[in-house]
Amino acid sequence: MISPLANPALFSLGPLPVTAGVVVTWVIMAVLTLGGFALTRRLTLIPSATQAALELIVDAVDGQIRDTMRVEPAPYRAFIGTLFLFIFTANWTTLVPGVEPPTAHLETDAALALLVFLAVIWFGIRAGGVRGYLTSFAAPNPVMIPLNFVESLTRTFSLLVRLFGNVMSGVFVIGIVLSLAGLLVPIPLMALDLLTGAVQAYIFAVLAMVFIAQVVSETKPPPERTPK
Amino acid sequence: MNWLAFASIISAAVAVSFGAIGPALGEGRAVAAAMDAIARQPEAANTISRTLFVGLAMIETMAIYCLVIALLLLFANPLLK
Repeated sequence: MISPLANPALFSLGPLPVTAGVVVTWVIMAVLTLGGFALTRRLTLIPSATQAALELIVDAVDGQIRDTMRVEPAPYRAFIGTLFLFIFTANWTTLVPGVEPPTAHLETDAALALLVFLAVIWFGIRAGGVRGYLTSFAAPNPVMIPLNFVESLTRTFSLLVRLFGNVMSGVFVIGIVLSLAGLLVPIPLMALDLLTGAVQAYIFAVLAMVFIAQVVSETKPPPERTPK
Repeated sequence: MNWLAFASIISAAVAVSFGAIGPALGEGRAVAAAMDAIARQPEAANTISRTLFVGLAMIETMAIYCLVIALLLLFANPLLK
């Protein structure tokens, strides 16, 4: 049985081994980027059907950000929306025969979790400057500094393991059932896998929002902006 | 098949099976509480179910951790190399 932790190289580009996950990731990136570019060229005040569908997606993302973070969604829309759409598409690539979702490999999930980790730092610094961000580690009191520090690392790790575990276990179980039983038996499991994929994409985005909202609300604004 | 491999397989099975008990009980309680809350206040169903999903994911992570440990034991065991 092939180990779910292994990631064999498909071909190698000079000294750089390229795995199947990287190829699928680039295809998803191309589809999302070119699709987004092509569909937003001719936006009109009275939307066509495709534009209405796009607006529905953006509106749903905005609504979730507003509900979860209780702030105006504009600064966070791009990051959170991209995270959600990418993970959602990546999880649903399991629908294409012969394609394994890139999120079923540890490396893609590690990259996504690292992005969230860096985004938390970036939004924290943006909200209160470097000093404000660093003092947010001392909230609610300085005794919590080591705990807060460890938490910021472990929650990134748990984001990574959660996405990896859920998607990989789906792929793995389908593989086992397919090797045991016939052609049509894994279909209910695949449907369950699609549901899990959608829910995990949503949860990843929501947790990213929660972490960012937490750091933004805990970070004190820099002293020159506070009213005397 | 040496004893280390034997012990690894057994402990992988034990990790998944016992690791699933706690999260299962926890998720049951969480869903029951959410159902109760929605029955009392149907207008808050949106907020409740969103929070429920995030909470369930958090709880589920514990079981997933056990699964990852089991897979490490089976496929990436440093003692068996």
